[in-house]
Amino acid sequence: MAELSEPQTMRTWRVSTLANPTAFMRLSGKLLPWLIAIMLVLFAAGLIMTFRAQPDYQQGETVKIMYVHVPAAWLSMGCYTIIALSSAGYLIWRHPLADVSAKAAAPIGAVFTLLALVTGSLWGKPMWGAYWVWDARLTSVLILFFLYLGLIALREAIDEPGRAGRAAAILALIGAVNIPIIKYSVNWRNTLHQPASVIRADGPTIAPSLLWPLLIMASAFTVLFVVLHLKAMRAEILRRRCDAMIAVRVRGNAAQESAAGEAMSHV
Amino acid sequence: MSAFLALIERDLRLALRQGSAIGTALGFYLIAVSIIPLGLGPDLALLSRIAPGILWISFLLSAVLSVDALFQEDRDDGSLDALAIGPLPSELIAASKSLSHWLTTCVPLIIITPLAGLLLNIELDAVPKLMASLAAGTIGISFVAGAGAALTLGLRRGALLLPLLILPLFAPFLIFGVGAMADAPGAFVQSILFLLALSLFSIAAMPFAAALALRLSLE
Repeated sequence: MAELSEPQTMRTWRVSTLANPTAFMRLSGKLLPWLIAIMLVLFAAGLIMTFRAQPDYQQGETVKIMYVHVPAAWLSMGCYTIIALSSAGYLIWRHPLADVSAKAAAPIGAVFTLLALVTGSLWGKPMWGAYWVWDARLTSVLILFFLYLGLIALREAIDEPGRAGRAAAILALIGAVNIPIIKYSVNWRNTLHQPASVIRADGPTIAPSLLWPLLIMASAFTVLFVVLHLKAMRAEILRRRCDAMIAVRVRGNAAQESAAGEAMSHV
Repeated sequence: MSAFLALIERDLRLALRQGSAIGTALGFYLIAVSIIPLGLGPDLALLSRIAPGILWISFLLSAVLSVDALFQEDRDDGSLDALAIGPLPSELIAASKSLSHWLTTCVPLIIITPLAGLLLNIELDAVPKLMASLAAGTIGISFVAGAGAALTLGLRRGALLLPLLILPLFAPFLIFGVGAMADAPGAFVQSILFLLALSLFSIAAMPFAAALALRLSLE
């Protein structure tokens, strides 16, 4: 934990500069207010556009659930990808910041996955006639949710942070196999869930009047994720610094006491 | 290679002489299979329709619950430490342990599956298909479970945590395992090929994850 609290001066700027926790704290502290402002603007614009969007001729007003559902679903996968990349970074380079990133992203990803599942089933009830169907996409996203829970539970079960981080990283890499399965589950198998309609080789198949609010909302949610992730990472770094300071103080007290004890015994 | 075979031989001999591990897994499998009709009611037509699913699920649960002890006993008596400083790389230790789990737990469970199927009024011509799908899929399951067991080795509540970690990873096996029983033409061959692909991938990849986790827990 010592490398987290050591201030270091860097003359040249490289990408690895960001990997220094002190530099990360400084840069993320400067970036956060701007990101929050951008996020608020995007959310305001996205929500206004969403409410003014034409109701779909088949789905009516329920189409608006999509503006929360689709960004949440994208982020549930994007967040796991970040965890998997951070975990690989932590296992290979043992860099503490990668572990901080993986740890901070797990609960956020779990919440986005849950949000995608809940909004999806609220939409499914009027459209498909059931809150839940066991098709490939829904099942694989549910499994993704359990993978997040497993990651959090495994970390909780191990007291020592370094070991917990590496165990969770191994599990995250094993579970990463699920991400391509989710992405392509609607293309491989003909299922109830519709196939991708925004990012496709032959251009989006969604009407522009519905597409623009969706893209704005997706960017708003993405910035929200970045803000939450940076905040959580900063909190985790501060928590580890506190732990390190407490450890130093406890060790100092113990040394003082033993020194005092020895002095008493000499008298 | 000889060290690898010697380790497997040791584990097989231990399993045979102690016997309790195999017996407990078999007993758990049978009780899991027989308690489900009590909950569903004695509708034989319904039971015969869902028998493959029940057998696969009970199989997976037995495999998860038995794999908890895979490294635990060796860790408790110190032989895992002895193995770790021996000539065998930890990847091969993990692979041999997973293979032993398949031989000592999954193979007996596959052999007893026709009997368990009788309890569920399974159609007789579905039994060979079911056993083939179990044989193709469970070898991969043993390897995934081995990695999970290495990850939760020596943890508090490890036995409860292990199913949470690895049951989600079993979902593809379960889907294709039960898919092999579908009536559609070609479904059987396609599902068996998918199961074999999943198993081969697990055999190739999981020992590395398990070895990382083993080294971590032996530090």
